Amino acid sequence: MHARGLVKRFGSFTAVAGIDVDVRAGEAFGFLGPNGAGKSSTMRMIGCVSTPTGGTLRVLGMDSRREGVAIRARLGVCPQQDTLDPELTVRENLVTYARYFGISRAVARERAAELLDFVQLTERADSKVEPLSGGMKRRLTIARALVNEPQIVLLDEPTTGLDPQARHLVWERLFRLKMQGVTLVLTTHYMDEAEQLCDRLVVMDGGRIAAEGSPRELIERYSTREVVELRFGTEPLEDRAAKLAPLGERVEVLPDRILVYADDGDATAAAVHRLGVTPASVLVRRSGLEDVFLHLTGRSLVD
Amino acid sequence: MAPAFSVFEGYLVAYRRTWRSSVFASFLLPLLFVVGFGLSVGGYVDARGSLGSVRYLDYIVPGLLASNAMQMGYAESAYPVMGRFQWLGSYHAMAATPLRIVDILAGDLLFVVFRVLTSTAVFLAVASALGGVHSAWAVLVPFACVLLALAFATPGAAFTASIERDSHFALVQRFLVVPLSLFSGVFFPIAALPVALRFLAYASPLWHAVQLCRAATLPGFGLTPLAAAGHAGYLALWVGVGFWLALARFRHRLTR
Repeated sequence: MHARGLVKRFGSFTAVAGIDVDVRAGEAFGFLGPNGAGKSSTMRMIGCVSTPTGGTLRVLGMDSRREGVAIRARLGVCPQQDTLDPELTVRENLVTYARYFGISRAVARERAAELLDFVQLTERADSKVEPLSGGMKRRLTIARALVNEPQIVLLDEPTTGLDPQARHLVWERLFRLKMQGVTLVLTTHYMDEAEQLCDRLVVMDGGRIAAEGSPRELIERYSTREVVELRFGTEPLEDRAAKLAPLGERVEVLPDRILVYADDGDATAAAVHRLGVTPASVLVRRSGLEDVFLHLTGRSLVD
Repeated sequence: MAPAFSVFEGYLVAYRRTWRSSVFASFLLPLLFVVGFGLSVGGYVDARGSLGSVRYLDYIVPGLLASNAMQMGYAESAYPVMGRFQWLGSYHAMAATPLRIVDILAGDLLFVVFRVLTSTAVFLAVASALGGVHSAWAVLVPFACVLLALAFATPGAAFTASIERDSHFALVQRFLVVPLSLFSGVFFPIAALPVALRFLAYASPLWHAVQLCRAATLPGFGLTPLAAAGHAGYLALWVGVGFWLALARFRHRLTR
């Protein structure tokens, strides 16, 4: 996948403001950013559903504007909202979808059986879609995206709205796909998801790319090794932050806590106490992509 | 055409489960109309001899066949289409596959054709068992009904693709579908209408379909080939323009 100066405008609103992205075959690539960053618009363009307003976009070596049908035949798409057919059974959802790709009924049934096994839904094959849990529906949507044996799978916020256990199950299946050599392109506003799944990612904000690299590289480049999180109950934080500023490389004030960025978290926590500041709680943790995002945009990712 | 058939096939798989609930609206209800109006109102009409030697029941059977097809064409393009755009997202799922927008729309319309053909055929069979069909030309009725249903389904789909809320449907039903079924020659000849309303009937696709259906079931109402072609052509024009509009609206909505 290769994009140069990719733009998407809706009337006077610019959703994607000219981005350059390259995704290599076989890698897991992430678009990370808050809601409204332009991730979904980008995904819809890569999926050859929405036409770019400007720039070039090539997917699997083909031009997205002219060869959309041929590209879509080799893509798997897992949309943000489940679009399963509630009037059909689990199995029928897969077979019907496979038919849209011109796959014969016999092959479609065979693949449906394999994929149900892959997403651990074989026991529910003949159940209706409606009573399935959110996690099961999501796994079925992923299975549906694989029905044409795609070379690239696009996942728009694959685990948004799922409980932790369901999320881990989805991640584990996606990891297996990656092991099989399928290229994964996903959007997320969850740090842990990006860290778990992505070889490389871009941080998007306001329709632009703010940074690009592997999760590790991004953390090294834009954050310190550790972070001290200080909470002070309901007391105002601003003047305390000013007092703490000299202790870390950087200090961020969030609505409910102060973050002090330093390479040695424990030493910094001790220094906080020596200053005579007594927080209600202290947490020392490693830096994550959340911190990268905070640094790059001055805002936190999930509000 | 194969891609559109895959869409149609998907609807058939679902319809296998839901057809029972559609039997009432698409078949039993019109039959109740035939029996109810044909026998009750028909008693008065026939006693006065207003339609000459033609029984009132025989007069309204072709009209109700057509009016049923119109309602079905409109109904299929209202809630189901809105559901696939908004509540289920089926169209969005389809748009992510190699299907083109034209395949998606054509698949929908194939299902409309299927529904209208089957229910018109059953309706026709029952009506002829009741002695309401008097010509072998009646085999052409389902085709006229399909043309009419598409004349409503195509602009209907374009309309549904352009709106956000389903409250509009009640207005269309009240101010378009119901008046059309009352003033398009289904229950009485439009010659009985004031002149201004008569021109509305001429514009109504339903009236043209009623003319065709009545010609096919009642020998006394035959049409010249030219007139028949004119009625069919007018319906085809609606289908053509409606399809073009629907395609544009679907494309706008699904590819933005």
